[in-house]
Amino acid sequence: MIWLKKEMLKNGSDGKNVKVPKGLWVKCEQCGGIIFKKEVENNLDVCPKCGFHFRIRAASRLAIILDEGTFKEFDADVEPVDFLEFKDLKRYKDRLKASQKETGLKDAIITGEGLINGIRACIGAFEFSFMGGSMGSVVGEKITRMIETARENVCGAVIFSASGGARMQESIISLMQMAKTSAALARLRSAGLPYVSVLTDPTMGGVTASIAMLGDVIMAEPKALIGFAGPRVISETIRQKLPDGFQRAEYLLEHGMLDMIVERKQMKDTISKLLSMLGPSTKAGNISRAR
Amino acid sequence: MITGRHWLEFEKGVEALEKKAEELKASDKGGSPAPEETARLERKTRNLLKDIYSKLTPAQITLVARHQDRPYTLDYLHHVFDEFIELHGDRAFKDDHAIVGGLARFEGEPVVVIGHQKGRNVKDKVRRNFGMPHPEGYRKALRLLDMAERFGRPVFTFIDTPGAYPGIGAEERGQGTAIAKNLLRMSNLKTPVIATVIGEGGSGGALAIGVADKVFMMEFATYSVISPEGCAAILWKDAGKAGLAAKALKVGSDDLLRLGIIDKIIKEPVGGAHREPETAYKNLKTAFSSAVKELKTLSVADLVDKRYRKFRAIGVFID
Ligand SMILES: [Zn+2]
Repeated sequence: MIWLKKEMLKNGSDGKNVKVPKGLWVKCEQCGGIIFKKEVENNLDVCPKCGFHFRIRAASRLAIILDEGTFKEFDADVEPVDFLEFKDLKRYKDRLKASQKETGLKDAIITGEGLINGIRACIGAFEFSFMGGSMGSVVGEKITRMIETARENVCGAVIFSASGGARMQESIISLMQMAKTSAALARLRSAGLPYVSVLTDPTMGGVTASIAMLGDVIMAEPKALIGFAGPRVISETIRQKLPDGFQRAEYLLEHGMLDMIVERKQMKDTISKLLSMLGPSTKAGNISRAR
Repeated sequence: MITGRHWLEFEKGVEALEKKAEELKASDKGGSPAPEETARLERKTRNLLKDIYSKLTPAQITLVARHQDRPYTLDYLHHVFDEFIELHGDRAFKDDHAIVGGLARFEGEPVVVIGHQKGRNVKDKVRRNFGMPHPEGYRKALRLLDMAERFGRPVFTFIDTPGAYPGIGAEERGQGTAIAKNLLRMSNLKTPVIATVIGEGGSGGALAIGVADKVFMMEFATYSVISPEGCAAILWKDAGKAGLAAKALKVGSDDLLRLGIIDKIIKEPVGGAHREPETAYKNLKTAFSSAVKELKTLSVADLVDKRYRKFRAIGVFID
């Protein structure tokens, strides 16, 4: 359900696949190459040598996908509450504060609407640096509202997942966000509107077992880790070595769980093509826009 | 008479009293033991048990919820319903014994029943995979849900799982996908759904059959986003801190009612459902009976809309 590797619990850029923020050079996790930082950034945070996809911030994601200047954010001020006064080794309150400071966001997702190659869509992008992109009340509510808005606006929905799963500090309320967001998607389906789900590294636990795997089209970035249970929990349970490439995007594609693997630079065009083929007909789109 | 084959750590005092009662019986060969003494011991046992169970800690509730003598789904199916006919398989891969389901009658009316199933003895526990389903189990549930809608039959689900199984095959066959599909399908199923957490409500593997118009919970059951052990291992970096995690997670029925996640707590007999299963069956049956009556008054559209709004409203945040 919840999957967080030790290094992922740390906020900020010291996580495994996150590029080194300071200095002019970054080291690629995959090929070990030392690359000029600017060069990586100009390549959409993909290693120019081996094609490794670095994890990126939600805001960068939206910038890559949406037509410039078309993004309108929804619910930026919806804030989390430590309603259970949850305290483990740290207080939930303090974890929230630290993540908010680090990311400049109130919680682990940005939602809104914009144009993708001219096609209108409602969109959400998880912020993994915010408590491992975990889904609690705020993430669940913002996703639900975003999907409901897509239905009202008669447009498609796109979600970029990057999450360890449900947020333990909101306990059972987090679990119920899986039901809430899935129910919203059921209504979008009934309205005949498309939902494209994009799985990025990592997409695990309760997010996998709800919105991530309910796309009309499900795509993933190369090598993204995707699963329900975490690899460590599985290997401890079965006391066996896991197969090579287990729970990676390529492995899931092979097992029929994904439609396609899409490189970051192709992502925008792929999504816009899909939305134009599945989305409401131009006529209906015009009518809704005319309203 | 309160009897139990297996005692929990915190029930030691009760166990001692029962042993004493048995010794009294054995020592009085031929005749019956002094009735006054027996009655006194029974009263004492009952009071002690009542006292212990009135102030269980979250960690202790977890142990009761997992008690190996506790009624499981099939026990409820055989005692709360009539004519249970089990239906097998997901029509795609195999029959998952960790989830059972089929048709039955509730107060004469045909219904669909689905639940997690744990095993009693070692062999059975393995066969049932300790109540941890694979994707095929959830797909079996899904096809039964579809069938219920097609024939307009109410659905009763029984939640009792440590969680969906974490394994290679489970991941390869889409554990996440299977759970997600059930969540989506249950949210707009055009027939009444009543879910009851009877033992362990473990995470997404539990919720996968838990999106319902009425969610009931047995008094000493638990329902949580993650097991206390799993939570402790991640957040406290020590699985031994499960007691603290159970408390922090608020896994008991009282807390879940307060948080608005469940609609009703089904009272258990003193000492837990396994001590007097008949009482547990009777209490649940009564709750089912009034829930069915209530849900029947709603049109299908209102029913589905109400269910949507029920889950839509869950969340705590500042807007
Ligand atoms: Zn590289």
